[in-house]
Amino acid sequence: MKKNNIFLIYGTVIAAYIIIQLLMSAGAVTSSLRGQLVPICAYIVMAVSLNLTVGVLGELSLGHAGFMSIGAFTGVVACMSLESALPPTLPRFVISLLVGAAFAGVAGFLIGIPVLRLNGDYLAIVTLAFGEIIKNIINCLYVGIDSRGLHLSFLTNSDALNLEEGGTVIINGPMGIAGITKLSTFTFGFALVLVALFIVLNLIRSRAGRAIMALRDNRIAAESIGINVTKYKLMAFVTSSALAGAAGTLFALNYSTITAAKFNFNTSILVLVFVVLGGLGNIWGSIIATTVLVILPELLREFNDYRMLVYAIVLILVMLATNNATFKNTLRELVNKIIPEKLIKRKEGTTDGNS
Amino acid sequence: MATPERPEVKLVPVPSTNIIPERDVDKEPILEARNLGIDFGGLVAVDKFDMAIGRTEIAGLIGPNGAGKTTVFNLFTKVYQPTRGSILLDGRDIQNMTTVQVNRAGIARTFQNIRLFGNLSVEDNVKLGLHNQINYGMWTGILRLPGYWKSEKLMHERAMELLSIFDMQRYASHRAGSLPYGAQRRLEIVRALATNPSLLLLDEPAAGMNPSETAELMKNIVKVRDTFKIAILLIEHDMNLVMGICEGICVLNFGKIIAKGTPSQIQNNPEVIEAYLGKKKEG
Repeated sequence: MKKNNIFLIYGTVIAAYIIIQLLMSAGAVTSSLRGQLVPICAYIVMAVSLNLTVGVLGELSLGHAGFMSIGAFTGVVACMSLESALPPTLPRFVISLLVGAAFAGVAGFLIGIPVLRLNGDYLAIVTLAFGEIIKNIINCLYVGIDSRGLHLSFLTNSDALNLEEGGTVIINGPMGIAGITKLSTFTFGFALVLVALFIVLNLIRSRAGRAIMALRDNRIAAESIGINVTKYKLMAFVTSSALAGAAGTLFALNYSTITAAKFNFNTSILVLVFVVLGGLGNIWGSIIATTVLVILPELLREFNDYRMLVYAIVLILVMLATNNATFKNTLRELVNKIIPEKLIKRKEGTTDGNS
Repeated sequence: MATPERPEVKLVPVPSTNIIPERDVDKEPILEARNLGIDFGGLVAVDKFDMAIGRTEIAGLIGPNGAGKTTVFNLFTKVYQPTRGSILLDGRDIQNMTTVQVNRAGIARTFQNIRLFGNLSVEDNVKLGLHNQINYGMWTGILRLPGYWKSEKLMHERAMELLSIFDMQRYASHRAGSLPYGAQRRLEIVRALATNPSLLLLDEPAAGMNPSETAELMKNIVKVRDTFKIAILLIEHDMNLVMGICEGICVLNFGKIIAKGTPSQIQNNPEVIEAYLGKKKEG
């Protein structure tokens, strides 16, 4: 990834934020789109983090929503239990994000140890299984708080928490968490996107990131030059999980209720679609694909019943177009006409570099 | 292509039955294999393999296809765990080491079918070779602390220096997978050299090269040995290259050593001729 590209990513994201803020203050943003802003930010962080596992490390993970779920629930629990101790929202929000990221990171580490011994399809299937396991565990989890602190109970019901008078149930099994104070704002979401981009882009362009990409390109060669396979696989996987956890907290703090069922296999696949559509290893692509695909169903509202059908067709068309050489060449010619040729030539020379 | 004129090196025995060049005899061989063997199921792939490589020797491992040459490389780098025998690297047994540890202990290799990091730039490939030479942590990299800039600058300089051995600096920003075939082979050697090895294993370095490229490669292999003062063991089918630069040659057939010696000894060995060309019909 070239330097110009990096600035392009940061620049566009910041520009998009400013434009949307201006539009909002001018009252030109519909309320449905306004409601989508935080989820878009959360999904962008999800897609960028999953791209680290799928695109950069090269291992297909189908359980990314599991880490989002862990981040969502632990983050909200942290947020709700700190409500009285720490009334200002900004530090409480940041601490919740960190708690969510930390728990998801630890889960990523524990799951990564057995999972990353596998390769290819096997790894994908096992991550899928772990994603479902996480969902089901949280489904059976009861957490409450009273003056003595947090109470945990598993596979029972909320009475088993033995809460004192005045204690509140936070996680109520399959009913999830209700009565969340919405802390997430578009600005917080935007900040998290920037942090995630900063971490992932800088990681990729450093010693550790090179080692991770080396594992993707050729594991045997990487071992032969002394690169510790397990260490770097885990590093990518844990970083990816922790970011997903932070995204989960951001996502959950945008709703008043949240249940484990929200973070199911479909969510994992949805994020994977963002990544694949944006291009494996292409962070810039992930951001665009996520934004477009989250907004698209809203824009297709006028098709009513046929909404999801049109969505699927658009998806297929985009996939076909981005994988079609003729289409790509036409697009390139078009770009050539618009942008002076000198710029393109130089860019091609450095990226393709055939001699 | 003419074989360059050069004085033949006298090979002398080390304590075991192994031989190394006379100039290296006062030091322990860099690598010594004793009675090495590996079975795959019932198949004996390599058996009774004894070999020593002197500190600054360019040694050759030759033999017909399927003789077990690459298997020997895989044993030396612990891709395979030997069934029998031992390998001493610099006097240390590598029995319990992994591939990664063997590399850190001083063996670097190239591959018969090129294994570059094709999507990364040429410079990044070399920097990956320097991975364990120039070190900084993950967070130093993410937060772009001073250690990052210092180490990356050092890596860049070192990578360019190494690329200059094969005159490849101009390719530095190219994608490794897009290089011409010969350049990819050279890049693999540069990447292996970057790990600062004391023994370099080259698996068919001249495969797919034209005669002028091969001649250039021969010069460069000798130059690498002279610059870095390391030992080189190479597998090669190009006899001009093998006879031209190797000092000790080991001939393998059906997993067993059939001959060992200097190029001229090997060229006149009846068993070697038989292995390559078949037996003369009697009568």
